[in-house]
Amino acid sequence: MGSATFKGGIHPYDGKELSMDRPIRTLLPKDEVVFLMSQHIGAPATPTVAVNDKVLVGQIIGAATGFISANVVSSVSGTVKAIEPRQAVNGDKVNAIIVTNDHEYTTVEDFGKKRDYTRLSKEQIRNIIKDAGIVGMGGAGFPTHVKMTPKDDDKIEYVIVNGAECEPYLTSDYRMMMEEPERIVNGLKIILSLFTRAKGVIAIEDNKPEAIEKLSKMVRNNPSIEVCPLKTKYPQGGERSLIYAVTGRKVNSSMLPADVGCVVSNIDTTISIGMAVSESTPLIRRIVTVTGDAIAEPCNYNVRIGMSYREVLEAAGGLTGPVEKIISGGPMMGMALFSLDVPVAKTSSALLCLKEDEATKPESACIRCGRCATVCPGHIIPQKAADAAMHDDLEGFIKYDGLECCECGCCTYVCPAGRNLTQALKQMRKKALASRKK
Amino acid sequence: MSDMYNVSASPHARSKVTTQRIMFDVALALVPAGAFGIYNFGLRALVVMLVCVGACVLTEFVYEKLMKKTVTIMDGSALVTGLLLAYNLPVSMPLWMAFLGSVFAILIVKMVFGGLGQNFMNPALGGRAFLVASFGSYMNNFEPVKKVATDVAGGATPWDAVDAVSSATPLAMLKNGETVDILDMFIGNINGTIGEVSALAILVGAAYLVIRKVISLRIPLTYILSFVVFMILFGGKGLDVNFLLAHVCGGGLMLGAFFMATDYVTSPITVGGQVIFGIFLGVLTGIFRVFGGSSEGVSYAILMGNLIVPLIEKITLPKAFGREGRKHEK
Repeated sequence: MGSATFKGGIHPYDGKELSMDRPIRTLLPKDEVVFLMSQHIGAPATPTVAVNDKVLVGQIIGAATGFISANVVSSVSGTVKAIEPRQAVNGDKVNAIIVTNDHEYTTVEDFGKKRDYTRLSKEQIRNIIKDAGIVGMGGAGFPTHVKMTPKDDDKIEYVIVNGAECEPYLTSDYRMMMEEPERIVNGLKIILSLFTRAKGVIAIEDNKPEAIEKLSKMVRNNPSIEVCPLKTKYPQGGERSLIYAVTGRKVNSSMLPADVGCVVSNIDTTISIGMAVSESTPLIRRIVTVTGDAIAEPCNYNVRIGMSYREVLEAAGGLTGPVEKIISGGPMMGMALFSLDVPVAKTSSALLCLKEDEATKPESACIRCGRCATVCPGHIIPQKAADAAMHDDLEGFIKYDGLECCECGCCTYVCPAGRNLTQALKQMRKKALASRKK
Repeated sequence: MSDMYNVSASPHARSKVTTQRIMFDVALALVPAGAFGIYNFGLRALVVMLVCVGACVLTEFVYEKLMKKTVTIMDGSALVTGLLLAYNLPVSMPLWMAFLGSVFAILIVKMVFGGLGQNFMNPALGGRAFLVASFGSYMNNFEPVKKVATDVAGGATPWDAVDAVSSATPLAMLKNGETVDILDMFIGNINGTIGEVSALAILVGAAYLVIRKVISLRIPLTYILSFVVFMILFGGKGLDVNFLLAHVCGGGLMLGAFFMATDYVTSPITVGGQVIFGIFLGVLTGIFRVFGGSSEGVSYAILMGNLIVPLIEKITLPKAFGREGRKHEK
């Protein structure tokens, strides 16, 4: 069987060899831990503790505000030092709870208690996911309990676990597939218990044959779960590309995966669901790949959420020399950091340190080569839509389907003239979506 | 540890393919055809190429200096224009005319419209059209080929005799009802402009561009195929393979199809548009050759094609992923 895929996409240097064979090591934060109240799409959480309060591991310290929002759970025990705005990865100042770590890691009652999900009702499972503060950990940070609550459970035909990990350099999902495959399968089974008519698919890019083999063996005797190898190509793990590759169904910018009967869950998110439901452990940690040519010892870490990137970097042996760019996430969709004093959030998949910043290439004139259109997974002509965007031409932008851009970055990557197409599209989309809401 | 790193919006990675690399790839792919031109027509062919390339690069440089714009001559596009224009000239072309044509190609066709990417027609072909209009007799002055291959064999051949008398290009001969040797046409032992004579050398260069993924075969193949179909239907010789091959190898069709119709700037960006563009060129070339006065027609077909590119793109905009069922809004 050939590997499933989509039309378009690119093959950038993937840099995975730096860290893919490094087993996950656990890191504990130093004295100050910062919990941002907005690590997800939707309304920021509201702090439920006050300065000088004692907090425990697993305690909800920020409560979801409204339906599309998520709880924030403390990953350490200690004392609330301050509640004040702090820098997030995107440069915004976000309200945050700063906790002084007592290094005791005293937990709340029942933390880690084993639970049998088959004895829980759907509602109970959804509430556990919501309480645990789980959000999409692939990068978007969409609250998972919302995703797991479509209009009609019976309309969901596929639950896809996204193990594509198409973003270059990232190996955190791969390590989890290699080290804790049973947790992935357990998480998937829990999701499947919500959608009884759905089939579980674990989709993995075919550059990870060992992970495919390992998971295939694990689900061999389970008729409701299968492993689907995907062609290695960026952005294979993009939600729309993934759903198309696995099911042949198409999702556009104004649809949700549930509209075509799909629920997609990232590897670490799936594991977090499993841990929350089966092990009474809310979302307090995530796997972060620390890598890049400027990193002394690239590795994968199990990091407590709220730990500062600076501490994570130090644990990885620091930098080998001058560094031009530091990115939270991968090189295609990650956020460039100007400072390391930012806390690890639920969506922080990697810390990538590069000696050379390829993106500072000067722009030159478009030669209309059409490479952007060839690679665009949204099948638009980025050159035309971006041109409209650069001229602030909303009408033209919509006519050229600029709203269908998924911001994957392929067009900018291939542009021989070094034009910042994705960036222009991204900015205009924000504007267009804002005006649509009015 | 400094605390200020580069910050920019994603993506942070870039491919190694640059405009400059693409242009130099095209220039490199033009080398076999040029080398054959020099071999076939003598060193004067090289001089014509140097004049055209020099004039193109110089024109762009001077214009940008005078207009206080960023100098872009290192992107290689003027080099390619100069080469292509030279390839479209007969070897006997007076050098000052070649120079003038180059200045026209860069200054009028390209720079005043905004430079690279903004020209609405292929600069080299625009320059050629200018020269045809201004100095028609020089553009059609094909001196006898200095035979090499046949000389090696020793003695005169009928081919030589024909050339010595008519100085005609194969297509002109075909039009007069004479016969031509297909193998000679394929290799390039014929008369014509500097770079168009050897189909083989052009194909070698084109293969390089395809392998380097600089061009796709969509435009060249639809162009040549639709031209062949047109010639079968209206050429008057039906399925005469010799006649068809002569038409495919001759008159700059190969050079035009692989190197000029594929010019990014002046061909459609859409997949469907490229097919329409190719068919349009094929049919138009056929019309010019069968019903027109001149025997070639490739360059005017491409120029006409260039003009309707915006129109073609407008009607062939692709449907976005997941939006296939919806009609495009006006």
